[in-house]
Amino acid sequence: MRTLEMEVGTVLPELVVPLTPTLIISTALATRDFTPVHHDPEQARAQGSRDIFLNILTTMGLVERFVTDWAGPEALIRGINVKLGVPAYAGDTLTFSGTVAAREDDEYTIEVRGTVSLGAHATGTVRLSL
Amino acid sequence: MTTLHELAERLIAKGEGPREPTREPVNTTMIRHWTQAMGDRNPRYQGLDAVAPPAMLQVWTMDRESPSRGPLDDMLDALTAAGYTGVVATNCEHTYARYLTPGEELTYATRMTELTGPKRTALGEGYFLTWLTTWYAKDEPVGEMTFRLLKFRPREESSPTGKRKPYPLKPAVNRDTAFFWEGASSGELRIQTCGDCGELRHPPGPICPSCRSTERSYVRAAGVGEIYSYVVHHNPPVPGHDTPFVVAVVEIPEGVRIVGNVVDCEPSQVGIGMRVKVTYRRMDDELILPMWAPLES
Repeated sequence: MRTLEMEVGTVLPELVVPLTPTLIISTALATRDFTPVHHDPEQARAQGSRDIFLNILTTMGLVERFVTDWAGPEALIRGINVKLGVPAYAGDTLTFSGTVAAREDDEYTIEVRGTVSLGAHATGTVRLSL
Repeated sequence: MTTLHELAERLIAKGEGPREPTREPVNTTMIRHWTQAMGDRNPRYQGLDAVAPPAMLQVWTMDRESPSRGPLDDMLDALTAAGYTGVVATNCEHTYARYLTPGEELTYATRMTELTGPKRTALGEGYFLTWLTTWYAKDEPVGEMTFRLLKFRPREESSPTGKRKPYPLKPAVNRDTAFFWEGASSGELRIQTCGDCGELRHPPGPICPSCRSTERSYVRAAGVGEIYSYVVHHNPPVPGHDTPFVVAVVEIPEGVRIVGNVVDCEPSQVGIGMRVKVTYRRMDDELILPMWAPLES
């Protein structure tokens, strides 16, 4: 078992997710979200969007992945709380950054921010225990 | 007419709705699709003792075939009917009691928890609607989600005087049809029934064509249907409408057909047999029209 530096103030390594149409469509389908705006550019534009965009279930999944990629498989995720911001459109890049914000015994709160070119796509916290 | 907050209070007081089953148990195939699409290589989600990624919680109950209506639909329809036609999700919070393992059968239930507003937001004036969904393994709650969205009045819809331009095509509202238009104003699709033999009829009229009774009442339709026939209108121009627009005959499972516009999709995407759901559009300060939108958007 590796020992990870996990103290309040620790900065997590960035996760950069290129938002290819493949990623947006495959994650929408893997989360069983068949809403056309997540796979059909024509329909997305007809509803006033620039292009297809990431669905919320995938945002939640990527936030989880960002934290567990760093914390390792021993980390137990207790909760994810996300405030949703600007859409994450195909062709953009989603970059996650994070910091250990609080610790209480073996429970940690990680502050997470996922940004795209338009601004903050998702900001919030992930609670985990080891 | 009840206010939005009175309706909210009533729906919140209903508490948790019925527990809905999931179509299949937690399973390794869907876990593998999810981890591959997300690019998540966490070994905890692989192998013989794999567990499900906790963020998959809601995935187990995503079911696009289910048109069943709940209290949330009543609240959303009422907000739309009141002119808050825009919608944007603002918060999603998951809490996991424990990890789930393949083979577990889940149920889930939802309760509405809060309506706040009207508030001024960057998008326009709106209401925040919050609900809580809980997932159960047998009777054990294994996780929950708090979801919040903003229903807002898009800015461009209000003119400088605060009054909208009157919609030029007014329906004929009389004693036979008033119940229908009152329903539309409060987000209900009402179908006339015979007060004696119970047969449904639409459009509304004074006498039952089956038993000739003049007694009448109405039922509230679920709000889904199938396109029975349609036309795409290109010419001539129609006041109050941008061409092309779609006029469809929608057959609803309650047993009648209704004429209405199809919106929220390109006319080229409309077809016979397409499944649609009712949506309510505010045309001016007085009139709300029921229209139809693709069920899956």
